[in-house]
Amino acid sequence: MIWQLDIVLLVFIVICAVAAITVRDLLSAVIILGAYSFFMCLLWTEMGAVDVAFTEASVGAGIGTVLFIAAIARTARRSKD
Amino acid sequence: MLSRESDNLIVKTVVRIFVPFIQVYALYVIAHGHYSPGGGFQGGVILGASIVLLFLAYGRRQAMRRMGEGLTAFMNSTGVFIYGGIGLLCLLLGGNLLDYASLDRILHVGAAQSRSLGILGVEVGVGIAVMAAMISIFLDISTGGDLPDDDND
Repeated sequence: MIWQLDIVLLVFIVICAVAAITVRDLLSAVIILGAYSFFMCLLWTEMGAVDVAFTEASVGAGIGTVLFIAAIARTARRSKD
Repeated sequence: MLSRESDNLIVKTVVRIFVPFIQVYALYVIAHGHYSPGGGFQGGVILGASIVLLFLAYGRRQAMRRMGEGLTAFMNSTGVFIYGGIGLLCLLLGGNLLDYASLDRILHVGAAQSRSLGILGVEVGVGIAVMAAMISIFLDISTGGDLPDDDND
């Protein structure tokens, strides 16, 4: 474990997490969540949990993003209220 | 939006070239799952993602000709059947549930090798089930749960 790399990755993760819940556009939020998953995957790899990182990359960044986008495609652009 | 075919030639060509490579990689992940990172779940998710890519680029109607609802349900239950079948086979051969060493009585390759083959069979079953489940979840979310018939869509 390299603690400097850990700090850098953790800062990126916190930035992505805060951005994903504050941004107004749903599609942007999903893409930022994908970036969050990617940094999480890098952090798992760096900590030596390669199997968990593999799952995070395939499920979190891969199919999860697609499922969110499929759900967003069925919503309207503007809210009614 | 997700149900019709993309009219971008670049997207369709890239998907057509990439999907076989993604699927070969997924099969590699499944086949090497018992002694390297990866395994049935991750390989199954990657296999499912390659089919979902086909759905995104070629539209639901054209992709469902290759991977319809019936085939998805069949593969889902086939995967669970392989997993449970190997477990019950171990039970029938006198071992515990999923105790692959007892498979040696029909495989005749030694206890260690039959453990390796048994976990490989379970990984294949999990991979098939997860792939079908991922495609099914994507279909249900992108259509809202009711699949319209191909004629009146």
